[in-house]
Amino acid sequence: MKVVYTDNNATTRVAPEVVDAMLPYFTEYYGNPSSMHTFGGQVARKMDVARQQVAELIGADPAEIVFTSCGTESDNAAIWGILRANPRKRHIVITRVEHPAVYNLGKYLAQNGYHVTELGVDSHGMLDLNELSDAVREDTAIVSIMYANNETGVIFPIEEIGQIVKSKGSILHTDAVQAVGKIPLNLSKSTIDLLTISGHKLHAPKGVGALFIKKGITFTPFIVGGHQEKNRRGGTENVPSIIGLGKACELAKNYMGKELTVVKQLRDTLEEEILKKAPDVRVNGHKTQRLPNTTNLSFEFVEGEAILLLLNEKGICASSGSACTSGSLEPSHVLRAMGVPFTAVHGSVRLSLSRYNTIEDVHYIIEHLPPIIRRLREISPYGREMKAKAQTTRVSAGI
Amino acid sequence: MWNYSEKVKDHFFHPRNVGEIQNPDAVGEVGSLACGDALKLMLKLDTSGRIVDVKFKTFGCGSAIASASALTEMLKGKTLDEAEKITDNDIAEYLDGLPEQKMHCSVMGREALEAAIANYQGVKIEKPVDDGTIVCKCFGVTDNKIAHEVREHKLTTIEQVTNFCKAGGGCGSCHPQIQAIIDEVWQKEKEKAMSEMARKPVKKLTNIQKVKLIQETIERDIRPTLQSDGGDIELIDIDGDRVMVSFRGSCVECPSSKVTLKSTVEAKLREFVTDTLIVEEVAS
Repeated sequence: MKVVYTDNNATTRVAPEVVDAMLPYFTEYYGNPSSMHTFGGQVARKMDVARQQVAELIGADPAEIVFTSCGTESDNAAIWGILRANPRKRHIVITRVEHPAVYNLGKYLAQNGYHVTELGVDSHGMLDLNELSDAVREDTAIVSIMYANNETGVIFPIEEIGQIVKSKGSILHTDAVQAVGKIPLNLSKSTIDLLTISGHKLHAPKGVGALFIKKGITFTPFIVGGHQEKNRRGGTENVPSIIGLGKACELAKNYMGKELTVVKQLRDTLEEEILKKAPDVRVNGHKTQRLPNTTNLSFEFVEGEAILLLLNEKGICASSGSACTSGSLEPSHVLRAMGVPFTAVHGSVRLSLSRYNTIEDVHYIIEHLPPIIRRLREISPYGREMKAKAQTTRVSAGI
Repeated sequence: MWNYSEKVKDHFFHPRNVGEIQNPDAVGEVGSLACGDALKLMLKLDTSGRIVDVKFKTFGCGSAIASASALTEMLKGKTLDEAEKITDNDIAEYLDGLPEQKMHCSVMGREALEAAIANYQGVKIEKPVDDGTIVCKCFGVTDNKIAHEVREHKLTTIEQVTNFCKAGGGCGSCHPQIQAIIDEVWQKEKEKAMSEMARKPVKKLTNIQKVKLIQETIERDIRPTLQSDGGDIELIDIDGDRVMVSFRGSCVECPSSKVTLKSTVEAKLREFVTDTLIVEEVAS
């Protein structure tokens, strides 16, 4: 079956170059990088190359990169690592639109003796920086604010946020799993203290991530064990995946220009054409402060899961913020925090592209998505109200 | 991705009887845009009162569309009396089952049917009669509705309640109230069972029934009381009508434990098991 994969904010295709780079570390170079012998030691040196590649993508020093098992581990390690290193500070600041890796950790902390401030967002998904400024206190151990939102692609002004956090004497962590590889970052001139990277969001495999910890930050390890990662993360390294992550970061650096032009152009074409062809549809999230690959659309009067099932029949992979797709019947907390009406949350569809998408993919979606919406609206009992609404609009517009 | 049966997929991709009936004999509408699903059911009856045509329109997920389609197929050729007997479980069974999180879709089908029948009988109601107070504001679910689902489907957790009627699936602020409703329903059921048991004519229990009942009574009505004072009790043995127990915790040194033995332990066991029991304290 034809597959048009436009769910790249969920996970990405592992780049063929990445697979090639990894394979020898399963077959030939299977040594333990901590071993004393040359056979293991050579693996450690290859891991140093990977660390260098990751550091270069984000403008960091290799010594500031700690490999982990995933983005969620990096987020947990960052927040717990700072809380444990600063036991007297019992307050953290997060936002209402964080990924569950941070959002649910915030809920857990709130139930376990910490004070947690959740910052709200406006209808474009943007923060009020005055609210942030008021929220950071003397006992704020860490502020954790995502770089770019996974559902809407909205990018926060992280450097301005960092200035505020610094001026208040606290520490800034950012979950940048959606930003790294899609937009340029330079941590050597940044106010970010800790930054989360996830491998499988940038064409490396699942099960590997990294945490950037700026030099001079006191950090208590989250996973306690051996001396690996300079005593910052115990556990024998997932060598093949780390090699893969390094390669993926090198590729991402080379492709960065393409992300910002080619991928963005594909996204813009897709979005504009869908808006033209399907009535009663809105874009969720800030129009310009947004990742180049993401569009989040809400179709009124239809339900997201039904859209996804019909897209799936055409081989189109996407996701939705609808309650019926979440497993918990809870509609997207991100869209709810933005004040998107329930009706629009239920009919939301996220399409997220990558460098592997083509203009043919985009045309295929433009061809098939609008008829799916029409078909579901024909079944929907709200069809008549929809027409009535269109008529009222026309009347008020003087047509 | 949901694990839908082939039948659910078939009814979703090829829904039967979509549309509207001109001059229908009965119309049932439930749900709303805000709830995330809604169903409008229209019936046409022949002179003998049999359903000759059914049409529906629905706003909802895959299983909501499939449940509505299945219901219309089930209704054809039935009298209203027969139709009235269709339950949400029947709809789910017709579709070879629904994922537990999707059971509310079949519930919506049954409710639309109830509304249509009420409409035919001339009962002018917008929604099924429900004078309860709204508990879940996100989905507009009342306490009566939640209590009904809890009783009907023997639900014990908030998650299950959300699966069956969506209550609690939005902001989550009503979770304590839902828990209170669950607790209240089962407390009442327990009391009902108790009073029935108390009214039951004395009949000889089998040994197994007696042992089980003694254990249950100790767990439910005796241990919590003693534990609240820092004590505890253990059932050691049962021989005919002799129940041998041993005190634990603060009860061991308590001078009034002899009184407790008779006034609480024996009294409770006589009340709930049989009034010929004699409780003795033994060393263990």
